[in-house]
Amino acid sequence: MMTWSLAVRNLLRNRRRSLATLLAMAIGSTSILLFGGFSTNVNYELHTRHVQKGGHFQIQHRDFYLYGSGNPSAYGMAVYPRIMAAIKDDAVLRDMLLVVTPALQFGGIAANYAAGVSRTVIGNGFVAEELNRMRRWNDFNLRSKAPMSALEGAPTDAAVVGTGLARVLQLCEVLKVLHCPTPEKTPAAGGADLPDDIAQLSLQETPLASGAAPVRAGRIEVLVVSARGAPDVTSLDVVRAEDQGVKELDEVTLLMHLAPLQQLIYGQSQPQVTSIMLQLRHSHQMAAARARLEPILDRFSIGQPLSVLDFRALNPFYVQTMQMFDTIFGFVFVLIGGIVLFTVSNTMNTTVVERTVEIGTLRAMGLRRAGIRRLFVTEGALLGLAGALLGVVLALLLSLAINRIGMPWLPPGNVEVVPFTVNVWGENRMILGTTGALIGIAILSAWWPARRAARLDVVDALRHV
Amino acid sequence: MICALISTEMTPHAAPQTLTASPVAALTRVEKTYHLDSVSVPVIRGVDLYVRRACFTVLLGPSGSGKTTLLNMIGCIDRPDHGEIVVADCKVADLSDDALSDFRAENIGFIFQNFNLLPVLSAYENIEYPLLMAGASAPQRGRRVPRLLEAVGLADKARYFPGQLSGGQRQRVAIARALSRKPKLVIADEPTANLDSETGAAILALMRRMVQRYGISFIFSSHDPDVIKAADDTIFLKDGVIHGIRRQGQETAS
Repeated sequence: MMTWSLAVRNLLRNRRRSLATLLAMAIGSTSILLFGGFSTNVNYELHTRHVQKGGHFQIQHRDFYLYGSGNPSAYGMAVYPRIMAAIKDDAVLRDMLLVVTPALQFGGIAANYAAGVSRTVIGNGFVAEELNRMRRWNDFNLRSKAPMSALEGAPTDAAVVGTGLARVLQLCEVLKVLHCPTPEKTPAAGGADLPDDIAQLSLQETPLASGAAPVRAGRIEVLVVSARGAPDVTSLDVVRAEDQGVKELDEVTLLMHLAPLQQLIYGQSQPQVTSIMLQLRHSHQMAAARARLEPILDRFSIGQPLSVLDFRALNPFYVQTMQMFDTIFGFVFVLIGGIVLFTVSNTMNTTVVERTVEIGTLRAMGLRRAGIRRLFVTEGALLGLAGALLGVVLALLLSLAINRIGMPWLPPGNVEVVPFTVNVWGENRMILGTTGALIGIAILSAWWPARRAARLDVVDALRHV
Repeated sequence: MICALISTEMTPHAAPQTLTASPVAALTRVEKTYHLDSVSVPVIRGVDLYVRRACFTVLLGPSGSGKTTLLNMIGCIDRPDHGEIVVADCKVADLSDDALSDFRAENIGFIFQNFNLLPVLSAYENIEYPLLMAGASAPQRGRRVPRLLEAVGLADKARYFPGQLSGGQRQRVAIARALSRKPKLVIADEPTANLDSETGAAILALMRRMVQRYGISFIFSSHDPDVIKAADDTIFLKDGVIHGIRRQGQETAS
């Protein structure tokens, strides 16, 4: 009690110097927390987008992730309805799961014969209603919302493409895609009508398509390789172009309903899927959910090795982005920590010099060296505590102001401009970690001057002028 | 108990046998030399000395005579190069730094020329501080501190900070602080040097009263011959050597 009380009073003794040190620490703490809050927000944005898009987990053939893009249909899972049923029936998983939905990936060529253009695509078939349920996931209460897929409620021959693909297939005008420049030279059109053979093939595989020609605006033909290895063509009505965030992905993405896609690829055979997407209510349930999933998958892995991949494994860009932010955060922390270290150390050194006679007096009165050391270290710790706490308060106030202003910005990989948000409130681990580390640095800074004070010769200290 | 009682084999040659019964401090052939770069300055040269219990002892001598150095060594904040010092029946040379600190806290009070009060503590708290160091309970402190404040005539200044007190008042607080743990010996290095003559006389009188009231030994330094009449024992020091000791009517030449 005595040491704390004395330390507080000594800090108040030279208010201006203590305040300057305090402010230096507080500004440092605020900077760290604001950057940490920004980094956390980016993490939440990316985390949410990936979970909205592909769920927390995907159950796939073990080799699909690495080799599947070459021939997706070769890695199909025929028993997916039974796997999904087993997952939904699990007593523990049932309460954790929001969505369990299949997806089928394929590679093919999309063509707009009216414009005489075509493009290789990577397509996915989804259950549109469940795709949109996944897009409503918002565990971090973000202000930005993911746009709903236009596939829901659309006819079975509907498709959604990336804006890049819409541009390449020259569908911007019909799809009303903004910021979509028209090329100076348009390739010679092959004609408004489909070749007869393609039209016939397309007609066979597109139940809703009525008649072979002429081609309507926004309609594309998609050529795929069926599970039997034969080419199949379907005609799809592109109902909307959606930005995928990354140009390379944006130029190849094609989304359509699962059932017609399965019909297209597997025909009369047993339909398959390449992934089962699982979305949990909360991300913190991932470890528990995985533990429940693995024994279920073991039951279905005989003759068809299955694996469960989480969204981090499926999206290395997310992991790399967050690692980059963590590295920058660490760099900022080291820089600011260094400034705090020298600021507190300088203050404490000056204090020791000024209070040399007082140190001699206390030692003469019987205070041990350790007592002197404790006194100055306590002062450093108090400075650290007060500076860090003031920093937390400033960071909270500033984050509140920043979040209220809502400056627009585009997070990495995002497709829409969102309000610039800094997450400090509620980030207890970051706040406690930063506060603790800064107090630790302050104590470390005070340690050396305190040691010097404790080692002063009593007589020399009393003689100090 | 920080220090075990010593045997009584130590009998400094300059001390009359009648005084060896119970000295509060005994110095035997004590020497101290300061080294300034390549120059060695002997400050205390073979001093033998007894300081009697419950006496008001004055170290008298001109500036540079070694008074402060001798007081520092008796006060256990400095160590001799040679010789032996026994304070409150303890051979202090054998003590570690921590043990010596504890010994000082328990047995020795200090009054400084510049008062050396802790500026962030009030008069009451300055006096209370040594008691807090000793781990005295709140009721104990609550009894002891007001009594001391009253004894030094500052009962109404308890909440004043050193900066709000006059020089004489500060020195009174310092005296009360030095007495707070009932030490066996109080060391005062020129306690009146920074006071006007009237205040200085009042402080001397107060210290004298404290000796009588609490039975504590006081030893203080001065270069003012007028303080002799206030002292029980007067030690004349010059060039690091005792030139004479006057003890209540008798004088011993060195």
